[in-house]
Amino acid sequence: MRQKFWRQGEPYVWAAGLTLTLILLLVITLLSVVVVNGVTIFWPQQAILAELTDGGRVLGEIKQKEQVPHGEEWRYQFKTGNREMYGLDFRWIDASLIRTMHTPPEALVLERLENGNFYGFLRQIRGPDMPARPAGDAADLHEAFAAITPLQNEIKASNAAITRLNAALEQVQGRLAKLRHRQGDSARIAALEQEESALRHRFEELADRLSAQRAVLYQHEALLVDAAGSEKIVPLAEIVRFYQPNAMGFSQKSGYYLTRLRELFFDEPRESNTEGGLFPAIFGTIMLVFLMSIFSFPVGVLAGIYLREYAKDNLLTKTVRIAVNNLAGIPSIVYGIFGLGFFVYGIGSSIDQLFFAHRLPTPTFGTGGILWASATLGLLTVPVVIVATEEALGAIPPGIREGSQALAATKFQTLTKLLLPMASPGILTGFILAMARAAGEVAPLMITGVVKLAPSLPIDTTFPFLHLDRKFMHLGFHIYDIGFQSPNVEAAKPMVYITTLLLILIVLIMTSTAIYLRNRMRKRYAVVDV
Amino acid sequence: MPMSHIPIIPIENPQVEVENLNLYYGEAQALKSISFGIPKTNVTALIGPSGCGKSTFIRCINRMNDLIDAIRIEGALKIDGENILDPAMDVIELRRRVGMVFQKWNPFPKSIYENVIYGLRIAGVNDKQVLDETVEKSLKRAALWDEVKDRLHQSAMGLSGGQMQRLCIARAIAVHPEIILMDEPCSALDPRSTARIEDLIRELRGEYTIIIVTHNMQQAARISDYTAYMYLGELIEYGPTKRIFTKPVKQETEDYITGRFG
Repeated sequence: MRQKFWRQGEPYVWAAGLTLTLILLLVITLLSVVVVNGVTIFWPQQAILAELTDGGRVLGEIKQKEQVPHGEEWRYQFKTGNREMYGLDFRWIDASLIRTMHTPPEALVLERLENGNFYGFLRQIRGPDMPARPAGDAADLHEAFAAITPLQNEIKASNAAITRLNAALEQVQGRLAKLRHRQGDSARIAALEQEESALRHRFEELADRLSAQRAVLYQHEALLVDAAGSEKIVPLAEIVRFYQPNAMGFSQKSGYYLTRLRELFFDEPRESNTEGGLFPAIFGTIMLVFLMSIFSFPVGVLAGIYLREYAKDNLLTKTVRIAVNNLAGIPSIVYGIFGLGFFVYGIGSSIDQLFFAHRLPTPTFGTGGILWASATLGLLTVPVVIVATEEALGAIPPGIREGSQALAATKFQTLTKLLLPMASPGILTGFILAMARAAGEVAPLMITGVVKLAPSLPIDTTFPFLHLDRKFMHLGFHIYDIGFQSPNVEAAKPMVYITTLLLILIVLIMTSTAIYLRNRMRKRYAVVDV
Repeated sequence: MPMSHIPIIPIENPQVEVENLNLYYGEAQALKSISFGIPKTNVTALIGPSGCGKSTFIRCINRMNDLIDAIRIEGALKIDGENILDPAMDVIELRRRVGMVFQKWNPFPKSIYENVIYGLRIAGVNDKQVLDETVEKSLKRAALWDEVKDRLHQSAMGLSGGQMQRLCIARAIAVHPEIILMDEPCSALDPRSTARIEDLIRELRGEYTIIIVTHNMQQAARISDYTAYMYLGELIEYGPTKRIFTKPVKQETEDYITGRFG
């Protein structure tokens, strides 16, 4: 009986099952922590007004509740905001010090361009040509914003005009620099110089107009008080969004949630990335993986085909194969350093000297950028694609090759008509692995072109539209940056969760698409082995 | 000397002439000075115990052995007088004239239609009408048309083993070869499917020169006009099937076909 138990290997089956369960548990825990923390961030929380036993008053959201270290007592972490008044966004308050807690419906939360949230109460609204009028409700603020909308639109228009002018100016300056560098026609240089000064003049005019408009805008202000009664004047232009969480119903909260989600996906970050949207980082991540595929897919597949189908099975081939397998295990930072040395300083500097000499010493391609970062990641993922291609080709039954060649097909025809389509699911599997690895890789990017805040996207509306020399933002680096490099890590925590969630989602979407494609091909090219 | 005492009888006007063919796998010699002639539009069976070189021999006829680096061949193998072992020979052209059906059926993971016209597509034929006609004719010739005519564009992977093998035969005859090599085409099939393939071979006789390797003595007796008995890389006896099975000249041949050896 006992012997049979061991012979059937029950304990091994259990051990295998247990290991799988453990791994699943870990994955589920990780995902649920990220999802729960990430998804709930934008849901408006009650603003709680706590009256303390010493007479103080605190308004804010309760973020955590925990036991006081070495004690029985509980304490709350309040997010009190008002950073410029209190110095910190958060405050721990012992439960024993709190007399009462309630949720005043008129409590107002402002999201501001600077200094984070403001928690308090509205008192007055005033403008340049109107007398200060008392206010207390969000509706009053809405009204005030409606009044400044035309002005804000004018400013937007001026801003857009300045951006266009700037682009034009840069182009003229670029041409001028090129001409001067080549010591070209002096008449043309003079003409360009004239054009440049005209543009400059126009630019200054516009800039003056813009600052005048801004000055007017900033005269529209709201007077607020915090829980303790200290007054604070906030220019309306500084307010991104405002709401009265204690007076909001479910549908209003849902609306707010959607607004924040839209901001997350489509807006630029603010406040050293701890607030606002992630659009440039999402864009950068996807574009990086896309460019990386353009590098690594063809190179990997071609190399794999050569190794399996054409290379003679000798010592050299074996050495190459071992080397390829080992390349997949090299730490990614090493690839980063190689990318910096080879792509950026090597190829990039040569390109600069050949084509962008007029801009030197400012480098164009001789500095980190999305092109070099993708090339580096491409290099990093090529071994995975090579190995997958080789294995997929090797797994095709030999009868298929013989059958095709016996029908007078050349080796090349056999490869393109039968072997490659049949190997495509396997190749795609390797490609999925490569993509997932590339999307999550941060270390090599940090020295080949990723930045905390990129002023412009690698694709935009100014000629030549695709700017592969530009630096870019990346979700993985974003996590590192706001989670560990931010001056206000506690306030940035929600952003870390949501960024992580987004990165996981992007990888999931990209790999699911590839898996779907693979399964379709697998069905199509399955060989029945009777 | 009367014909009946010569172990390897000469053939008049052979289509395939083998002259002193030697084949080496590295150091080992797999075929030893084989010389005989194979007649046109007949069925010639190669029999002999496993490892005697039958498959190696027929793979010389369409130069499939080229795929293996370690193989070295001496002697001559002529088809219609042309030595196909000549390095200058266009292998692709040769394989258009010499089709092959393998022991293990190997349809491609494509539709039945695309399988049949694979050889034509490779040769650059794209005329829809020609392709359609070829598919119908080849499948009818391979006695598969009635079973698959309603699902030509479905995957060939849904066919049974016997149907797949007949599809491979249809695929081979679609390019109009002169010679069809069959390397144990029925060894993995059940008796019913085997019987169908045998019927098919009998029907193809007269139009194609068929050279078939088989382990099944009854099969060789049933379908072939000529039989060659090979042993350890040597051609022991060759002649009309009737004679080989009724009055073999060599003792080894008799032992093998009567089952005393093998």
